[in-house]
Amino acid sequence: MTGRDPLGRAPWILVVPAALAACVLLIPLVAMVAATDPRGLVDALTSEAARDALWLSVTTSTAAMLVSLVIGLPLAWLLARVDFPGRRLVRALVIVPMVLPPVVAGIALRSAFGRSGLLGEPLLDATGFAFPYTTWGVVLAHVFVALPFLVISTEGALRSTGIGYDGAAATLGAGRWTTFRRITVPLALPGIAAAMVLAWARSLGEFGATITFNGNYPGTTQTMPTLIYVARQSDADAALALSVVMLLVSVGVLVALRDRWLVTA
Amino acid sequence: MTLEATLVVPGRLDVEIAAQQGDVVALVGPNGAGKSTLVHALAGLQRAEGRVLLGGHDLLPLAPQDRAVGVVFQDQRLFPHLSALDNVAFGPRSRGDAKPAARAKAQVWLDRLGIADLAQRKPAKLSGGQAQRVAIARALATDPGLLLLDEPFTGLDVGVAATLRIELGRHLADFGGVTVLVTHDALDALTLATSVAVLDQGRVVQIGTPADVAARPRTEHVARLVGLNVIRDGDRLRAFSPAAVTVSLQAPTDSTRNRWQGVVRGAAPHGDAIRLQVSGERDLIADVTPAASRELALVPGQHVWLSVKETAVTTYDARPEAASD
Repeated sequence: MTGRDPLGRAPWILVVPAALAACVLLIPLVAMVAATDPRGLVDALTSEAARDALWLSVTTSTAAMLVSLVIGLPLAWLLARVDFPGRRLVRALVIVPMVLPPVVAGIALRSAFGRSGLLGEPLLDATGFAFPYTTWGVVLAHVFVALPFLVISTEGALRSTGIGYDGAAATLGAGRWTTFRRITVPLALPGIAAAMVLAWARSLGEFGATITFNGNYPGTTQTMPTLIYVARQSDADAALALSVVMLLVSVGVLVALRDRWLVTA
Repeated sequence: MTLEATLVVPGRLDVEIAAQQGDVVALVGPNGAGKSTLVHALAGLQRAEGRVLLGGHDLLPLAPQDRAVGVVFQDQRLFPHLSALDNVAFGPRSRGDAKPAARAKAQVWLDRLGIADLAQRKPAKLSGGQAQRVAIARALATDPGLLLLDEPFTGLDVGVAATLRIELGRHLADFGGVTVLVTHDALDALTLATSVAVLDQGRVVQIGTPADVAARPRTEHVARLVGLNVIRDGDRLRAFSPAAVTVSLQAPTDSTRNRWQGVVRGAAPHGDAIRLQVSGERDLIADVTPAASRELALVPGQHVWLSVKETAVTTYDARPEAASD
């Protein structure tokens, strides 16, 4: 916005809605911070429930991001590079959880991994372990909602680097795994990193699927969003303070990663 | 190491190519003639039917990485995240060398191409000519039996291209395999190639020594490339040099049948002469002296008569089968 644009000023018919969009995004956050009592913030930060929930949120989100990367990057590669039958169908199915209401996702997870679920029951019989109401269940719910974001945006990154370099690597004697490791992934790294941040952020904010699938047990399944939801019903000020903590963590992560990974401009 | 290729890509390519060890086959032809398709099919990057016998073994069933074919791509395709050295070392490493051995080999090739001092540069920091040298080094470092060069001088400055052409000629002389060189430049075909294959619409329409193809081009494209006028006359082709063409503003008074009307479309210096592009019933080129050009006011749009003496015309058979006679 500095200096004169040789193409002339931006027309008001675009500037006004743009400003409105920025306000819609910003005002609620400013209002929330303004309404928060600074002392409440200290209380919120020092309360054991909040620290547990924050820690659980950060660790489960990170775990979910890593799991999503390990299984999602190969899927993204298959979608971007291998012409297999049903590719379009698979891509469409991957997107479904993105548009699914999270509560529905939780119920779907129950049907599959609940104690009497399709896979949950045999798993329980065989190992005595069940996902629901455990921290593993939280990670599973997070993966379910974060994975599509990682797959779709990683696939975009892999496609945009083009297959030309893959072909060049092949003529030099590199097999597909070597090419993937030494050429494809390094070239798509900025996009992959952005996809990881996206998955992590989606996972950090996950609420519906988590609470539906895992309930709300402090220390094991109570993440920040579920804690805030519960707090709001008894103590609105505490909920506000916790929300601001969440905001600070999110913004902090974005800023920390911005220079290294999110250079998109 | 000999090459015998019969390749079919339905709807795009149907060719036979043969070459002996040390041969450099130049592929010429207009855009869309199938030159790049042929290169990609030989490299294994384009699915094709037929067979490609290199030293007696059929490459076609093999994946690109198992073919021992080196490629210098038109757009080079140097890996942007690797240094020049690691770009060249990539091939040897992928074929099983340990990292230090691969790097040592790469350094030798950078030396040979005269760019040892650029080893640590990333491709983005290389000039066009330097990047092309890295690409050539990278293709040769895998010790291929077949080297494919897809328009290696396109996009380079004239001077850079000239130097690189001479150097490449030297490397190709040392190279023990077969080289296929795609080019748009008659000079490449005439200076580097041992044989020239002319592609048109996915087929080889002429194959022969550079001198033969240059003297008796069978397609208009190649005629243009080597700077000749070629006119089809039934089953015969009639070729004549643009220097033999007489340009006048009035219809020639002699009775020659070799005369055409046309409009000057362009004029550019060519050696000591001015080369005119004339279009009319035939698209022809004619060389005139600068003095004549001024005198006749030969600017674009000028209506002219072209004529050529029958003695200046070479007539030969148009059928491709006759090429081997």
